[in-house]
Amino acid sequence: MALRALLGKDLRILRRSPVLVVLLIAYPVAIAVLIGLALSSSPALPRVAFLNEIPPSQATIMLGSERIDTTRYEKQLFQAIQPVRVSTRAQAIADVRDGDTIAALIIPPNLPEQLANAAGSAYVDVIYNGDAINQSLVENAIESKLAQANSLLSAQLSRVADSYIDLLLTGGNLHFLGNSFDVLGLVRARLLLAATLSRLPPSSPLRPDIEQVEHFAQIAVSNLGGSKQVIGAVAAPIAVVQQMLSGRKTPLDTFAVAVAVAVSLMFVCILLASGMLALEREENTLARLHRKLVPTGVLLGEKALLATGVGVIVAFAMLSGIGLFVPLEWGRVGLWLVAMLVGGLAFAVLGVALGAIVREVRAASLLALLVSLPLVFLALVPSGSVSGGLEEAIRVISAVFPFKPSLEALDAAVNQTQPSLTIALAHLAALIAGFGTLARLALRP
Amino acid sequence: MIQLQATQLCKRFGERDAVVDVSFELREGEVLAIIGPNGAGKTTLLSILSGGLAPNSGEVRMSGAGGVGWVPQQTAVYSKLSVAENLRLFARLERVADIGHAVEEMLDQTGLRSRARDEVGRLSGGNRQRVNIAVGLIADPAVLLLDEPTSALDPRQRARLWDFINARVASGTSVVFATHDIAEAERYAGQLLVLADGEMLFSGAPSELGGGHSDADLERAFVSFLAEQGH
Repeated sequence: MALRALLGKDLRILRRSPVLVVLLIAYPVAIAVLIGLALSSSPALPRVAFLNEIPPSQATIMLGSERIDTTRYEKQLFQAIQPVRVSTRAQAIADVRDGDTIAALIIPPNLPEQLANAAGSAYVDVIYNGDAINQSLVENAIESKLAQANSLLSAQLSRVADSYIDLLLTGGNLHFLGNSFDVLGLVRARLLLAATLSRLPPSSPLRPDIEQVEHFAQIAVSNLGGSKQVIGAVAAPIAVVQQMLSGRKTPLDTFAVAVAVAVSLMFVCILLASGMLALEREENTLARLHRKLVPTGVLLGEKALLATGVGVIVAFAMLSGIGLFVPLEWGRVGLWLVAMLVGGLAFAVLGVALGAIVREVRAASLLALLVSLPLVFLALVPSGSVSGGLEEAIRVISAVFPFKPSLEALDAAVNQTQPSLTIALAHLAALIAGFGTLARLALRP
Repeated sequence: MIQLQATQLCKRFGERDAVVDVSFELREGEVLAIIGPNGAGKTTLLSILSGGLAPNSGEVRMSGAGGVGWVPQQTAVYSKLSVAENLRLFARLERVADIGHAVEEMLDQTGLRSRARDEVGRLSGGNRQRVNIAVGLIADPAVLLLDEPTSALDPRQRARLWDFINARVASGTSVVFATHDIAEAERYAGQLLVLADGEMLFSGAPSELGGGHSDADLERAFVSFLAEQGH
């Protein structure tokens, strides 16, 4: 009876606070949508002024028998940036200075010559505007694409080196400056020397010198053959073999759905539960209710139920809306609701604990935000991306608050991922018991 | 007939004694004023009597039917609910048998009928205090506890409020109120209880405080009495 009376009273108060309700729902939905978009969409390409100073007639260079078209690498680079073509170096610098582009990339005219000589590294010029974040963005984009270009170029250069080594070993025709030369090759040279040695008398004074040259030819053939593998290894120092483990991997867009729903659920439940309990203190009615009118457990339960109910309605509406754009398995809707209810209850119980600790609605809301936001970021830190000690600390903090297990429960309910829904729900049940005890202690008269 | 009996009540908060060995009796239709300096333990004693705070030792005993109605110092009602909604809610929580009748009666007695549908947050301080008292009386308690009920009211509102309380007293309700207003205690209370640092220094008729005094000098007699007692 007391529970129903208090629920009716709180719903009436909420109905008379339309701005609060709109903020309470709009804010978490906006945050959730932003997080979802950030997780599921590809980053925009940085605008970079681009100047290619290589004359078109020199865009192709010859390395041995290989033709290397430098414009091919230009196209590859454009996959990482949004190029704004300029015609002069001064214009490129002006674009960066004026903020039209966040950087300028200039291919110098002597790049093909530097590559053809292979005397050292060839260079491109990159000009930044001094903004650390933008510089980092462009640097990463250009460096990753240059690494790919270098890899391809190395492979081509190693093929050229291979052909020269083959010519040295086995001989053949060498085309150079329009002329053709017949190259003997070390293998044939060694055979000729061996045949010459067999025809010489054993006491011939020429024999020791020819034997020495024949021995050298034998060593050269063996080692030059092996050097081709060494050149190949330098051209591709690390090869990646991709392997997919058994089981289902959550696509990023459906994981983003679970994150967005968990964030909405968390904000609505924590803010509402903490705020409505703190309101009892602020209105001085808590002392009246404590007068044996309403047991502490009933009062806390009522706030938790109210917050869970509103939170689940908001989260389910949001999930249903997202379901119009992202394919979801509607056959699992019962499991979604279970995950939302238990997750929402865990958030709400955390909320009443916060509301019991502080005495004002504003302080309760601020504390709820201060506690909630870091939990989201900590739960989304990928494992292995930080040092061992810090990762362990993040794991512990994430485990003692309900966001991570709620996200796991929602992800398991929506995407059938590991850990299982049962494990996540058991984790949440333990947190509900813990925060419930804390709330009761904090609300003792 | 004794409506309320407090026996050797003690309450400690950590190392601090808030109420020490307080005993008194209150008869039907009697008015008791609790006076004392700030921090004397007046609100703590009222909270124990109301059942909102458990004493470390001692006992509070009620006689006959009807419970305790409590009116805290600061208005303790929901500002987003209307006057009638507040009364109805607390009537339900107090398990009043006929909620509609109780609400109508309180609206009439407090003179708030015309404001019944107004949100409490939009009422004046005096009217809010009337709602606060009406909530304390909604279950028709045998004993009404009031914590500094007139501290935020102007003289006209104070007079109207005491008219209302006296009408309840005349119908048999016993009243205990805490106040800093010595003249108010003398005017309306038949019994006086003086607290300082949780200790009960005096219990008796106002005229007995300080061994007799003129009407205008009760406040001076009270201050002298505290000084004599080392407070």
